[in-house]
Amino acid sequence: MEQLQLKKVDIIFGWDEKVTPIDVYDKTIKKSADSIILDMIDSGLKGRGGAGFPTGLKWKFTRNEDSDAKYVICNADEGEPGTFKDREILDRVPEKVFTGMAICAYVIGAREGYIYVRGEYNFLLKSLQKKVDLFNQQLAERKSDFTIYLRSGSGAYVCGEESALFESMEGKRGEPRNKPPYPTVSGYNGKPTVINNVETLVYTCEICRMGSEKFKSFGTFDSRGSKVFSVSGDTPTPGIYELELGMPLKDFVEEFADGDAKAVQIGGASGHCVPRKKFNETIIGFEGIPTGGSMMIFNSTRSMYNVLHDYLEFFTEESCGQCTPCRVGCQQLLKGIEAVKKGEKSPTYLEDLKKLTLTMKIAAKCGLGQSVANPFISIVDNFKEEIIY
Amino acid sequence: MVNLKINNIPISVEEGTTILDAAKRLNFRIPTLCNHPDLSVAGNCRVCVVEVKGARLLSASCATPVSEGMEVFTNSEKVRIARKHVVELLLSEHNSDCTKCFKNGHCELQELASEYRIGDHVFLDLVKAKDKIQDISSPSIVKDNSKCIRCQRCVRTCAELQAVSALAVVHKGNHQSISTFLNKPMNDVVCTNCGQCINRCPTGALTERNYIEEVWNAIYDPRKFVVVQTAPATRVALGEDLEVETGTRVTGKMVSALKKMGFNKVLDTDFTADLTIMEEGTELLTRLKKAIVDKDETVKLPMMTSCSPGWIKFQEHMFPELLDNLSSCKSPQQMFGALAKTYYADKINIKAENMIVVSIMPCTAKKFECNRPEMRDSGFKDVDYVLTTRELAMMVKQAGIDFDKLEDDNYDSILGESTGAAVIFGATGGVMEAALRTAYEIVTGHEVPFTNLNIKPVRGIEGVKEASIKIKNTVPAWNFLEGVELNVAVAHGLANAKKLMEAIKRGEANYHFIEIMGCPGGCIGGGGQPIPTSPEIRRKRTEAIYAEDMGKSLRKSHENPEVTEVYTDYLGTPLGHKSHELLHTHYKVRKRY
Ligand code: SF4
Ligand code: SF4
Ligand code: SF4
Ligand code: SF4
Repeated sequence: MEQLQLKKVDIIFGWDEKVTPIDVYDKTIKKSADSIILDMIDSGLKGRGGAGFPTGLKWKFTRNEDSDAKYVICNADEGEPGTFKDREILDRVPEKVFTGMAICAYVIGAREGYIYVRGEYNFLLKSLQKKVDLFNQQLAERKSDFTIYLRSGSGAYVCGEESALFESMEGKRGEPRNKPPYPTVSGYNGKPTVINNVETLVYTCEICRMGSEKFKSFGTFDSRGSKVFSVSGDTPTPGIYELELGMPLKDFVEEFADGDAKAVQIGGASGHCVPRKKFNETIIGFEGIPTGGSMMIFNSTRSMYNVLHDYLEFFTEESCGQCTPCRVGCQQLLKGIEAVKKGEKSPTYLEDLKKLTLTMKIAAKCGLGQSVANPFISIVDNFKEEIIY
Repeated sequence: MVNLKINNIPISVEEGTTILDAAKRLNFRIPTLCNHPDLSVAGNCRVCVVEVKGARLLSASCATPVSEGMEVFTNSEKVRIARKHVVELLLSEHNSDCTKCFKNGHCELQELASEYRIGDHVFLDLVKAKDKIQDISSPSIVKDNSKCIRCQRCVRTCAELQAVSALAVVHKGNHQSISTFLNKPMNDVVCTNCGQCINRCPTGALTERNYIEEVWNAIYDPRKFVVVQTAPATRVALGEDLEVETGTRVTGKMVSALKKMGFNKVLDTDFTADLTIMEEGTELLTRLKKAIVDKDETVKLPMMTSCSPGWIKFQEHMFPELLDNLSSCKSPQQMFGALAKTYYADKINIKAENMIVVSIMPCTAKKFECNRPEMRDSGFKDVDYVLTTRELAMMVKQAGIDFDKLEDDNYDSILGESTGAAVIFGATGGVMEAALRTAYEIVTGHEVPFTNLNIKPVRGIEGVKEASIKIKNTVPAWNFLEGVELNVAVAHGLANAKKLMEAIKRGEANYHFIEIMGCPGGCIGGGGQPIPTSPEIRRKRTEAIYAEDMGKSLRKSHENPEVTEVYTDYLGTPLGHKSHELLHTHYKVRKRY
């Protein structure tokens, strides 16, 4: 496997003043929709929300659907604990996001686009609206019939899940839908929809600007390009960093931790906890541990019991509650580790709970319930003593 | 067609078929909880998960369509473990005191738990103390959150079939529950008491308020004379709860059982169904006369039937502006109560205050209806207790009666005679058909122009049915109706009723008479009928109803000799002074929130 070194880059926030986002739009829509899709596929861009679905394919599937209406939705419901990069992007370079949406709309044939902003980011809305208006005006001047609208979420973590987000936008309870059908076939209002997260859309804009060849030169074979990371926890330098994908976790820890890191939680509460002894062998990227961008560093002063407990409390509350494995499973895990800690259940009960998370992983309806196994098993396995005693 | 394999057996099914249905065709039963044949697919309980070869996740078989080349395993190791976990989790959130539960023995959760032999609690007990307090505010519906498994069947029922949405999912995660607007008591919200949610709740979380003990007490009380009336739709469904095949008429056995249980007289609501036709038919003709001859513009048409108390409450909440269109007739149950404690008490020489009137109803809303303050025209509460078909079945069992072996018996007289027209009140379209059989004959002097009196256009399962009947060769008193096209409509289930009401409000509906039943299928699908329910079960009950009608020698309400007698003896004429006092009522505007 290729081994990269940690490399900071500055693609997204590094402004090339000579080329504005709307210039990128103008240049790109001179090409045919199919060739834009080919560029996207060639670039190897995978969704930056965590699931990593190839963006070009998503656009292609939606383009191929026959429908009177199609939508582009920008998922700005960034709710993963420890993640705050989308906010930064929307604050600093929103035009690039709009441009990504407009290009996508051109490709798939959409007239409406929505940015679904999480309720907690409502303070961004006012300034964002001004910028959206300006951009819409620029589109109108170009005879584009595409318009972008802002929608505010109501502050449920699960609404970041695509289908729950559609339900929420349709004025219903934010509960994930059954799949199939997938959004490319039946999304918002039951119409074919491309839903990409903020960061993915920014990269589509960048790929159109720099070309897929250039983009491909960043990262590794499996993980093309770079990615924005929110670094938090026990670090002297918390913040937002754009790094090439495919770096070893060891390098990351050397760069950002305080010298005493015992674990890194990759991908927020729903991600994996990597203990010190595995820093060397862990790659951050689709060939290793993919991440939505949250990197939380824990040093030896932290109780991993508390960390897990906090995560489980979070899931217990943020589960939408419709499906059994997740609604009840989360509560059992939380109460379960409490009972073990208090000695009301024997430590072997942790094995029963691990089996339960395996069921949650395959039987829960959406990614929320499915992913609780990640932190649970990785923390329980690697820090068992801290959980029991 | 799509080709796939289920448990290694090849099958081909139409595109769009779910894995669940495909498996059913191969006789592989996959357990379900949140799924119901009357409702949209939810896919949330996860009991029906199956393994699809090559897939990372298990699939909810109720919500996953088959695809070409799919290989499905319905009982693999992963599936078994997951399914068991799901049931264990549900039980951990559930107050499993089955012995006290009204659903004991009919409970889908209990069945699953026993199938998987889930013994000692594997996981921690999560039942919240506050959930153990039952909501008994409503005279009809008891809500027990500690038994709720959040399958949302009730929520879908109330919204999809009934367009009421009294129940909703609130909060998320560990706080998620099924609740009412602002968590108000069931009696203070838009709930119509239809009980449809009860029929679809897989557990004991929603049940009827039961009055079994009160009725036994009355029977055992030597000072009380206990009269029981049975509604048309109970006789084609009661058997289902007593090991008799679905769709069997058990009229005679039911009467026999009631007598054995110690009721002093066993009478028939069908009698007052016939009486209702006399009153309602006359009311309709009177309204038509006022509208057509007198050109009285204050007369409200279409006139709407008023025998379904769920529908009445629905209208009081949702369409108060149309309340004047409702017939002022009390429902047959309440007419019966009012007559029993006046006319009948007199006849048999019993003091009304010593009489207890019990009804056996397919309906939970009847429990609410009998408690309406205006239902005391006899000077007492006209009907004292309403039992559902299910409660009666339970009492029959408690009485140690071997139902299947009972000889048939006949209703007592008087107030026990009925016609086929009254029996069909039990199915959607029945009241309409009965009314037309009588009204047409009053107006023209001859029978409705349909083969064997069977007015087919108003029968069947369609949500809204319409018919037009041209009135020809009228008798002199009614010749203003000569040539008039009588337009009627029939709706069942409140979602369909809502559609009809909205059309009327928009001025798009040109009907004279409308029958509305609050429950899907009419009373045969009532909220008090044996559980489970499905389109198939309701079809069988409906067939039994029409068979009972065909088997009767009298099939038109105005031919019921006891009805004639009660008018001669006591009431005078339909819509006369006495009838008005005892048999008619008024309505009340209710808020939506
Ligand atoms: S996994 Fe959790 S969040 Fe997802 S549908 Fe099920 S209960 Fe809702
Ligand atoms: S709902 Fe079912 S499982 Fe629960 S107590 Fe009642 S009978 Fe038992
Ligand atoms: S009784 Fe009827 S109206 Fe009331 S909650 Fe149940 S389904 Fe809704
Ligand atoms: S009350 Fe009954 S139907 Fe409604 S969610 Fe609970 S268990 Fe399901």
